[in-house]
Amino acid sequence: MSREHFQNMLREVEHELAGMGEMVIAAIDRSVLALQHVDKAEAERIIRDDAAINCKRWEIENQCVQLFATQQPVAGDLREIVSFMDLITNLERMADHAKGIAKIVVMHDQTPLLKPLIDIPRMAAKAGEMIRRSLDAFITQDVAAAKAIMAMDDEVDALYEQIFRELLTYMMEDPRTITRAVYLIWISHNLERIADRVTNICERIIFMVTGEICGN
Amino acid sequence: MSMSGSAIETRRLDLYYGDFQALTAVDLKVPEREVTALIGPSGCGKSTLLRVFNRMNDLIDGVRVNGQVLVDGKDIYAADADLLRLREKVGMVFQRPNPFPLSVFENIAFGLAVHQLAPRREYDSIVEQALRAVLLWDDLKDRLHRSALALSLEQQQRLCIARVLPLKPQVLLMDEPCSALDPIATLHIEELMQKLKQEYTIVIVTHNMQQAARASDRTGFMYLGKLIEFGATAKIFTQPAQELTENYISGRFG
Repeated sequence: MSREHFQNMLREVEHELAGMGEMVIAAIDRSVLALQHVDKAEAERIIRDDAAINCKRWEIENQCVQLFATQQPVAGDLREIVSFMDLITNLERMADHAKGIAKIVVMHDQTPLLKPLIDIPRMAAKAGEMIRRSLDAFITQDVAAAKAIMAMDDEVDALYEQIFRELLTYMMEDPRTITRAVYLIWISHNLERIADRVTNICERIIFMVTGEICGN
Repeated sequence: MSMSGSAIETRRLDLYYGDFQALTAVDLKVPEREVTALIGPSGCGKSTLLRVFNRMNDLIDGVRVNGQVLVDGKDIYAADADLLRLREKVGMVFQRPNPFPLSVFENIAFGLAVHQLAPRREYDSIVEQALRAVLLWDDLKDRLHRSALALSLEQQQRLCIARVLPLKPQVLLMDEPCSALDPIATLHIEELMQKLKQEYTIVIVTHNMQQAARASDRTGFMYLGKLIEFGATAKIFTQPAQELTENYISGRFG
């Protein structure tokens, strides 16, 4: 029964954090689906719904501040709360990237997409999986899992590279495709940034468990 | 349970020790089934206020009280107030564990006998319940008839808490209950408070601000006999409304 009350408070924040993660994953999924259907109304809704994710971030931050102020966390507990603060910042930025995708959908003209989407949904699925797995690894304090998830970022980077090259050929062949191709590049760039932020979460997991900040 | 949802309420409470005014116009509402902490520098009146709640100050010469103190909605300083009944309702735990020089069992049975609350044949089960409530039963069930003075300080303090429970108090007053304990035992007692608050209203006086922060739901900051600020502990320790509170909790004086 060592500081059970405090431990319960930590579990509560973890629970909130997992909830925020699901909100972010849903925003990413929805933004890519809106892109596939060039659904501007849905894109507008995604942009509006981002406010709820920002709210959740401030809520969790406030919980952390209260834990600092009242519970005098040290050692592993301290590192965990510091990590909560970092994770919510990263998650909130990921949601901004999903919002960025929705904004591009709004900008898209009424013509169909340049090409049927293949790799972009794949990138999105992988990024979503990385987020979910990283939050699981955070809660289970699993360093090995964190390292494995970091390696997945290379797969996302490779997809990005592939999409970029493919779209480059479209643009070279027909300059009239440039606007729509650039939109798709921006979108895949947003997804690449999301996956990159997951690696920040993984670094935090390693820090939280071992106390070591991993350098590059 | 009172109508207001407050276990204790003071209205414009003044208290004098002779010419010295120890409390000035204290208005306080202690919510039921929460832990309320009173903090402030030495001599600020926090212990005096705590002792008001079960009229422990009565024995001091020259004490005078103005204003009202309601416990469970009844004015405890009214002429017809029943002091014995008040002490049943409002239990107290002190700074140094002070078990009677009796066995563990007799320490708990003592209050039952004094207040004639239960027939003797029920003592066994009441003692067991009380010891379970403070998480001592497993440790002490085979030593019930040994002297309470042989227990560790933490166990003694738990026993002193257990001793109050058979009287079915509504309020537990704790005056620096951990100041004689080591840090780990302190955390254990704080955990116990979290458990007990599901059934009891707890008011704790502590000069350990961190303890107030960790273990209480509400905090009252007192200074020179006045209640300067009272509010949710999380609020007091992140955004106190008064500069004086901020200066005290951040260690700038006191």
